[in-house]
Amino acid sequence: MRHRVCLTVNGKAEEFDVEPRLLLCHLLRAYVGLTGTNIGCDTSQCGSCTVLMDGKAVKSCTVLAVQADGSEVTTIEGLAGADGLHSVQQSFWDNHGLQCGFCTPGMIMTAVEILDRNPDASDADVRHGLEGNICRCTGYENIVKSIVAAGARQS
Amino acid sequence: MFPSQFDYHRAASVAEAVELLSSLPDAKLVAGGHSLIPAMKLRAAQPSALVDIGRIPGLSDVSRDGDSLVIGALATHAAVADSAAVRGGCPMLAETAAAIGDIQVRNRGTIGGSLAHADPGADYPAAMLALGAEVTAVGAGGERTIAASDFFVDILTTALADNEVITSVRVPCAAGGAYLKHRHPASSYAVVGVAACVGMDGGNVGSCAIGINGVTGKAVLADAAAAALCGGPADADRIAAAAARVGDAFDEPLGDLYASGEFRAHLAGVYTKRALALAAERAG
Repeated sequence: MRHRVCLTVNGKAEEFDVEPRLLLCHLLRAYVGLTGTNIGCDTSQCGSCTVLMDGKAVKSCTVLAVQADGSEVTTIEGLAGADGLHSVQQSFWDNHGLQCGFCTPGMIMTAVEILDRNPDASDADVRHGLEGNICRCTGYENIVKSIVAAGARQS
Repeated sequence: MFPSQFDYHRAASVAEAVELLSSLPDAKLVAGGHSLIPAMKLRAAQPSALVDIGRIPGLSDVSRDGDSLVIGALATHAAVADSAAVRGGCPMLAETAAAIGDIQVRNRGTIGGSLAHADPGADYPAAMLALGAEVTAVGAGGERTIAASDFFVDILTTALADNEVITSVRVPCAAGGAYLKHRHPASSYAVVGVAACVGMDGGNVGSCAIGINGVTGKAVLADAAAAALCGGPADADRIAAAAARVGDAFDEPLGDLYASGEFRAHLAGVYTKRALALAAERAG
């Protein structure tokens, strides 16, 4: 049994015909072609697959595409505007907030929610907020610095 | 990884969900899916059908009703953690919700789903036991209320019938509570979690309840430890003596690669001591 799923991905409304077992991360990567959303652990631990669903950070490896029907999804590809990089992306650039880059899209999407909830997030707030994102290069120092700096720039 | 094949039904009401569960063999409810979907991806769960209750209106409200909080089954952990009603009426419940998983998990996982799954490493069960919460569920025979102490039956097993749907949880307000956990560093599940409620009567402890998850297959009440603290001041010596009794609550501590049963039982004593001290301080 297949189902029709309507999603707005990065501002563009799209329709898909999917099996119920299709995960949102697979839909984004294989159906929409947005491969910036990475699949790391695939067990809802590492956070590489984090996207915003109706404005909230979620792990897209643990959401069925059918559950996302009707939602607005923002991926890393949808963050930058016509005027350039999103402030969090720019801050990762400025502060060298990445090493191999694999966890970066998930880190940035989670950072957007952390700063959305509290633009004045301290070092400790950011570290607490990143509990669900794992960097296998262990490059947390500059990741945290990037997010705190982006918050300071936003507020 | 992806789950094995299943049919998908979206229920528009609790009655429709009950009907679907009653008519579809081996169907499972899904709301946030943060317990079920990982299990399905590992093929540890292979339901023939999912009944999605995630969009049923009116099931995600969180409100104060007299001396209790009424929390809709679909309230996410983030909604409970951020709720002004919960933070004001029962800070320990907000503290428990905020300790679950991580931001992303709290945005999707629901209180009803967590309770129905009854994972030994889940955080809510200990708090529900310590607070004396009641679960309201609707099935083919109508609505019923189940006390938290009757709700958790065994590992991943509750008192719910196959076609019953949790609709809400009623949690008595309590000022003197604390939930502390030893967090698994990767999964964020509780290796051990201790929820302590302390009520002061003058300078003495008038009431005490301690719920513990992570040590045995189901969350348990440490009644002997709680009773040991009552009737005297909540000083360090009496708290330590009470915490030394938590072992009475464990039939068979479970171990895994991360923590042996013996270590978990030890941690339960340590965290009970800390949770009791914090709960007593908050109780004033």
